[in-house]
Amino acid sequence: MAVQLDARPPVAPAPGTTRPSRGVRLSRFDTRYSPYLYIAPFFLLFGVFGIYPLAYTFWVSLHDWDLLGADHPFVGLDNYSELLADPDFWHSVVNTLGIFVISTVPQLLLALWLANLLNRRLRARTTWRMAVLIPNVTSTAAVAIVFAVLFGRDFGMINWLLDHVGVDAIDWKANRLASWVAISAMVDWRWTGYNALIFLAAMQAIPRDLYESAAIDGAGRARQFWSITVPLLKPTIIFAVIISTIGGLQLFTEPRLFNSGTNAIRGGPLRESQTVTMYMFENAFAPHYNFGYGSAIAWLLFALIAVVAAVNVLLLRRLGGGARKEDPR
Amino acid sequence: MVTFTRRRLAAVALVATTALLGATACAGGDDEAAAGGPVTLTVDVFGQFGYDELYKEYMASHPDVKIVERGTGSNLDEYSPKLTQWLAAGKGAGDIVAIEEGLLVEYKANPQNFVNLLDHGAADLKGNFLDWKWNQGLTADGKQLIGLGTDVGGMAMCYRKDLFAKAGLPTDREAVSKLWPTWPDYIKVGEQFTAKKTGASFLDAATNTFNTILLQTAGNTTGYSYYDTGDKLVVDSNPAVRQAYDTTMDIIDSGLSGRYGSWSEEWVSAFKQSKFATIACPAWMTGVIEGNAGPGAKGKWDIAQVPGNGGNWGGSFLAVPKQGKHQAEAIELAKFLTSAKGQIGAFKAKGPLPSSPQALADPAIVDSTNAYFSTAPVGRIFAEGAKSLKPVYMGPKNQAVRTEVENAVRSVELGKRSPEQGWADAVGNAKKAAAK
Repeated sequence: MAVQLDARPPVAPAPGTTRPSRGVRLSRFDTRYSPYLYIAPFFLLFGVFGIYPLAYTFWVSLHDWDLLGADHPFVGLDNYSELLADPDFWHSVVNTLGIFVISTVPQLLLALWLANLLNRRLRARTTWRMAVLIPNVTSTAAVAIVFAVLFGRDFGMINWLLDHVGVDAIDWKANRLASWVAISAMVDWRWTGYNALIFLAAMQAIPRDLYESAAIDGAGRARQFWSITVPLLKPTIIFAVIISTIGGLQLFTEPRLFNSGTNAIRGGPLRESQTVTMYMFENAFAPHYNFGYGSAIAWLLFALIAVVAAVNVLLLRRLGGGARKEDPR
Repeated sequence: MVTFTRRRLAAVALVATTALLGATACAGGDDEAAAGGPVTLTVDVFGQFGYDELYKEYMASHPDVKIVERGTGSNLDEYSPKLTQWLAAGKGAGDIVAIEEGLLVEYKANPQNFVNLLDHGAADLKGNFLDWKWNQGLTADGKQLIGLGTDVGGMAMCYRKDLFAKAGLPTDREAVSKLWPTWPDYIKVGEQFTAKKTGASFLDAATNTFNTILLQTAGNTTGYSYYDTGDKLVVDSNPAVRQAYDTTMDIIDSGLSGRYGSWSEEWVSAFKQSKFATIACPAWMTGVIEGNAGPGAKGKWDIAQVPGNGGNWGGSFLAVPKQGKHQAEAIELAKFLTSAKGQIGAFKAKGPLPSSPQALADPAIVDSTNAYFSTAPVGRIFAEGAKSLKPVYMGPKNQAVRTEVENAVRSVELGKRSPEQGWADAVGNAKKAAAK
């Protein structure tokens, strides 16, 4: 019973009717506007969950907004000027950037190296490739808790091992630099394999004959890697760097769970490992409940990420300039 | 052609509306069982309130009520931001919420979030609570009662008998109490203990002891700690604060602290591995010790008197947020849980000390012993102190200020600051925090 439900039997057209032209109009409307409707869901969702919170956060940051308070007086840019003069905020920025550099640089280099290894002919290649992703699948909270125990001052395994080689116990949580290293170790453990797989995917798109002709020209493995793989991987590396920048500067769970006990959100009594997001949380929620100030931190963090990502991309463009120079254009 | 286009338009419209609906659908739809059927009451707590048996009993006598407890075992640092967010958002909070006394001051500043229990016959219950506990639940103008008292934090000193024996110190609780009538005496005992090199520290962390000394000193002198009763920040001018700080510095200076930051994972491990011999313990701490040290340490712990002169640390209230849908039922349940009977039940289950004088005088409390703590007469030890307690007034940003001072103490304890630098940090950061 294949009945065309919506196709009515043609009604005898009235002479000189507007009907055909209406159809044409509809069809024109369709070709012109329906693509916008098709992509509308994304923008609607982005508007609701992206733009609106962003704008609302900015609106909140212009107010003296006690989370529980009944009224929220407008204070203009006071929160921002106060924040720019707040040493604790800058302290957290330095912490975040420090942890970001310590974790991201070795992480991406290691990922590149791992990807290069995985790109060779290996036995059980798929198993190895899956294996590098396992750390990424485990829950951040579990990872952070395990690492916090490993890096314990008195009962931690790392200090126990250090003791065996004659190094004094390190107070990983109370020493600013040591805490950065410990947190970076967590981040690296989790994200190296993930980045390695992204690099691997890009590597596989590089034509084999490039390597073959390079080999005929007498280029060794290392030379092939630096002269072919890395330049051709540049767009992927830039992508990975931007993603890592966003993730790295928003670091929260690892340092938060690394510090346990009262006021863990402070990252230690002297804020040794407090990141910007932790500082934001400390202000917006317990113990200050100052939502306006917290929102201002969120916006400055946004600006910081944009700046750092831009700087990274510029640096990368310059560093890996080799490929561009060879470009005939 | 026309029909085809129409169909496509219809599809487009459908996709668009679905997306719109999808985006807004999450907004509504929580009027579950608005009328008729059993009422579900959610109780939000932190740590251990010991209410399980009481719920069962209440549900048996009120077949139309179902009780669900959330947050058991979570610590206050996780709980209070959540509660604040729920209150700020106007939804999400339980029908009954537990509020710790240090945070109550902040919630009291915005009483519009809570049901005024005085409007619901709570005034008749005044006699069920210690006077000061009742008054803490009232707003500054005395017109609104935010919360009904649950427990109070009468103080003692918990200690490890086995470690004391190892260090050649007496182990009997009477004899141990006599060792330390004052904090300087406690330090002297600590030095003797440390000299014997048992492999354990004398105490867990300086911050716990600092809080104990501060609340005790403040209770016995000014009656307030970081804020005076006019809500003026007095961190640097209240002699009680400075005195408590100096005593704590002496403890740190004598090397008595194990430096296990309180409530951290290392602190919990240190309990398990018998790494310290004493810990200042408000009544509610006995449950924490038992939970952390585990069944293996049963009978190794005991309870002596706290150096100095009694004092109060902690204690909570039950409040009914205005956003609740079943306020009348929630108020009834809160009254039941905070009644003398309810408080006795909670004490038996998890050890929080009642704030009701009737409960405190009840043989069920007075004659109670705690098997875990070498059958110490916990009822007598804590209940006697509780009746003569002098409460400490807490100001609006108490929690934030306390955080700063505690962290200053901790930074000295970890050797990152000198006592003088630590004090400067404490005062400076406390002023900053109070202004936020």
